Amino acid sequence: MSKTITIDGTKISFTEGQTIMDAALAAKVYIPHLCHNPEFKPHGSCKLCTVNVNGRAVSACTMPASDGMEVENKTETLDNERRAIVQMLFVEGNHLCPTCEKSGNCQLQAVAYCLGMMTPHYNHFYPPREIDASHPDVFLDRNRCILCELCVRASRDVDGKNVFGLSGRGIGSRLVVNSASGRLGDSTFAVTDRAAKVCPTGAILIKRQGFSVPIGSRIYDHKPICQVETEGKSGGEHE
Amino acid sequence: MSEVKKVRIATCSLAGCFGCHMSLLDIDERLFDLLEVVEFNRTPLTDIKHCSPCDVGIIEGGVCNAENVHVLKEFRKNCKVLVAMGACAITGGLPAMRNNIDLWDCFQEVYRYEGGLEGGQIPNDPELPLPFDKVHPIYEVVKVDYFLPGCPPSGDAIWKFLTDLLAGREPKLDYEQLHYD
Amino acid sequence: MEPCEYPHIEDQLAPIVGRHGGGDATHLLQILRDVQDHFHFIPPEAIGCLASHLNLSRAQIEGVAGFYSFLSLSPQGEYRVLFSDNITDNMLGKPELMQYFCNKLWVEPGKVSEDNLVSVDSTSCTGMCDQGPAALVNGWPLTNLDQNRLDLISELIRIKKPVAEWPEMLFEVRDNVQRPGMLLGEAFEHGAGIRAMLARGAEATLKEVDVANLRGRGGAGFKTASKWTFCHAAIAEEEGSMICDVGGNPERFIVCNADEGEPGTFKDRVLLSSYADMVFEGMTVGARVIGARKGFLYLRGEYRYLLKPLEAVLSRRRANGLLGENILGETGFSFDIEIHLGAGAYICGEESALIESLEGKRGRPRNRPPFPVTRGYLGRPTVVDNVETFACAARIAEKGGAWFAAMGTAQSTGTKILSISGDCARPGIYEYPFGVTVEEILRDCGAEDAHAVQVSGPSGTLVSWQEFGRRIAFEDLPTAGAFMVFHRQREMFAAAHNFTHFFAHESCGFCTPCRVGTQLQKRIMDKIANGHGTPADLEELKHVGHILGTMSHCGLGHTAANPVLDTLKKFPGTFERKLKALSFEPAFDLDGALQTARDITGRDDDWAHLS
Repeated sequence: MSKTITIDGTKISFTEGQTIMDAALAAKVYIPHLCHNPEFKPHGSCKLCTVNVNGRAVSACTMPASDGMEVENKTETLDNERRAIVQMLFVEGNHLCPTCEKSGNCQLQAVAYCLGMMTPHYNHFYPPREIDASHPDVFLDRNRCILCELCVRASRDVDGKNVFGLSGRGIGSRLVVNSASGRLGDSTFAVTDRAAKVCPTGAILIKRQGFSVPIGSRIYDHKPICQVETEGKSGGEHE
Repeated sequence: MSEVKKVRIATCSLAGCFGCHMSLLDIDERLFDLLEVVEFNRTPLTDIKHCSPCDVGIIEGGVCNAENVHVLKEFRKNCKVLVAMGACAITGGLPAMRNNIDLWDCFQEVYRYEGGLEGGQIPNDPELPLPFDKVHPIYEVVKVDYFLPGCPPSGDAIWKFLTDLLAGREPKLDYEQLHYD
Repeated sequence: MEPCEYPHIEDQLAPIVGRHGGGDATHLLQILRDVQDHFHFIPPEAIGCLASHLNLSRAQIEGVAGFYSFLSLSPQGEYRVLFSDNITDNMLGKPELMQYFCNKLWVEPGKVSEDNLVSVDSTSCTGMCDQGPAALVNGWPLTNLDQNRLDLISELIRIKKPVAEWPEMLFEVRDNVQRPGMLLGEAFEHGAGIRAMLARGAEATLKEVDVANLRGRGGAGFKTASKWTFCHAAIAEEEGSMICDVGGNPERFIVCNADEGEPGTFKDRVLLSSYADMVFEGMTVGARVIGARKGFLYLRGEYRYLLKPLEAVLSRRRANGLLGENILGETGFSFDIEIHLGAGAYICGEESALIESLEGKRGRPRNRPPFPVTRGYLGRPTVVDNVETFACAARIAEKGGAWFAAMGTAQSTGTKILSISGDCARPGIYEYPFGVTVEEILRDCGAEDAHAVQVSGPSGTLVSWQEFGRRIAFEDLPTAGAFMVFHRQREMFAAAHNFTHFFAHESCGFCTPCRVGTQLQKRIMDKIANGHGTPADLEELKHVGHILGTMSHCGLGHTAANPVLDTLKKFPGTFERKLKALSFEPAFDLDGALQTARDITGRDDDWAHLS
């Protein structure tokens, strides 16, 4: 007899060791997320995937599924809270979509569309953040970094290079590069690294292909991320 | 028989590019339908210079200087409902790209170092609006009731938004109409 | 790894690395503390050299160096003076004193003087609330500051007198035990707890701890016996070994959480200053029960002055056969304790963040499950308990569970040590059986006309004068020990404002709601403090508070809005008096935002201003 959890009234089965997110993705149930990518070790930092389990808020991407769990996912309250978190991400960085090559392929933007975000709502922080164009093939724009650490995980766990890390604390947290100068061009980073293609936003961009797919024909221009993700297509690839 | 009272709308562009106004014109022949039910007060289209009391004010562009604040406050005072239209009004937009450049450096670059400006002076004429340290979205300066994102929002998005608003519905864009770029 | 390219730096680093575990990366934080002491910052060259020594990436080292407040990636003054910024320090005049000090030394707060001699800044509560205003100079605590003392200190700095040669009276820290109880008042014979435990047996001792109904003194109140039992169970599950299989697998750990960072709490400082044997004895008892051979005391960086005396206690205990191999002659009973210092991070009081920090990493709370009792330090089963919990455990081992359970209330047995500060005649340490009312405490400490008490610090509960009948107990007012008293003339807004700054400073930055939410909360409180607040801002505070409380990753975020929400509920007037009657007010000063342009253009006409 297989084990099941219930998400918004729908029973889905899972295997031992799966998280709520794993089970949901396998059953093509969308739970909003940004720092989660099934290829990498769950992180649990963005908190978009917060769901209610027996009245308690937990991160779906890190919480192991257990038999009989009742999970609330698509509720108005949760979506309002998730929208607030997306708004927080927008104001803490410098996310100027019209200036960004990733627009239309950006998961931050796509999740915001999905949650019907009409305004960032909070006052903008406009933090000074560093841009690094030193690498011949890859551009690093920390203005758009949401600190999800997907690049950190990809470089460490897949590429075996540890090119990225986080330094600072709290609102001063920042992405750092593993080289004496701190510049990407002086690190061992290569455009073929997995870490070059995992950024959910436009913080890590591959040079010379920004507009090969025009605005209007991009992943999330016509199809919401909830649909893209549940159709099994991996979002966020730099196309 | 008295005519139905038309909804009075005012619009303006602050620190923006008028792209949103161009997009407003992109509703094309539906403008005629619109004019059946609305009349335009202060707008770049009518060339009326100051707002009278209006039902709806639509602002394009963010706030980058002192004059923007005067205009914005005039709108807020006169308009029952204030709408932020486009990326600049909602996030600061492209002009906000200067927010992490020191204002002094901006002035130097524009008035001192730019080619052909040898001995150039920083202008100090009182007629010129004085810039802020940073560009702000309008909701950080006055209370804003509705937001219509896009750079610019498409004609269809503007049409959907306005028809909802005029019909007394909470404006709601379809998925493909909601864009930040 | 390539060899270090900077021989002159390498020469200075080698002894530091040698002192701390050779090339063991779990000692990174300990090494960086010494590097900071030596160079007055963490030089980029040193990061490269350490990367080679420890086989870590530069980014990992920079990550740790950038996380802790007492470490700095940019040069600090030769003398770094950090004023404790708790509300109790502020009530004793800290802001004015700090300004006075800065003026004397011609240095701006947060900056380094032009001759690199001195830097002055604020730091989170240093745990000297009963003898404030307090500060740290190069990590050493200064107490009872006033203008005279600051005159002397600035003179000592000016003549470049090494801190080690400063007059001792500047560094005097008193225990101020005002009301001792069974922990602080009754004589404790070293080794008595261990002896009794050995006589009784480990399993029977665990039963005593269970009968005692001992609950964690860090505030959360988790049952200690259950925690210890889970730690066994984890081992048993993993390796099929028996509970209390003393001498078996060494890979389990016991950790004493002495990262007493909750503002207003200083009882662990006193326990470690004068009752350290009891604490270490409790750890030793716990180690025997769970079968750990290695223990850690994680001591907050602010208490570095206790490191030497504590090391001396450990040495004495080793010499007396109370630590080390075959403790008290019991074959196979081996246990020792290592002290790790923190470096200024409140979050490391959270047990999984503490474990990360022990491993030499950024103090970031882990995802749970798994819990530390199953996967803790180095992935091994680990018990983390509060200083006071271990002291209680030692007493229970000695005198039995029933004796302990006879004190306090049914759900909260034993006593609780409170650190009392703020508006009272006799601040200091008070030990009460659980169940004592706030009113009784206020009477004992000489707090007249109090109208509020912040129980258990900013993350705890604000108790108004209407609730002074409430009791200190897990079932009513749980507490880690802080008890800050506010007189009725105090503006409660100021306390809430101070606490929002504290949380924004201490958020680790891992999760979005806390990283951004604590900032938003701080900014709104600043706006209100500056006279630009509106009723809409209060609604926004409640909204942000809700997001923090429900969506955050750990307890820091969950409780970060407590002071604001409690104050809004219990003292709404303190906010309302500050509000403008308008529906909206910008968060920034419109006219002020034109100042730069006025300076550049030289304009001062009417159009160059906004009212």
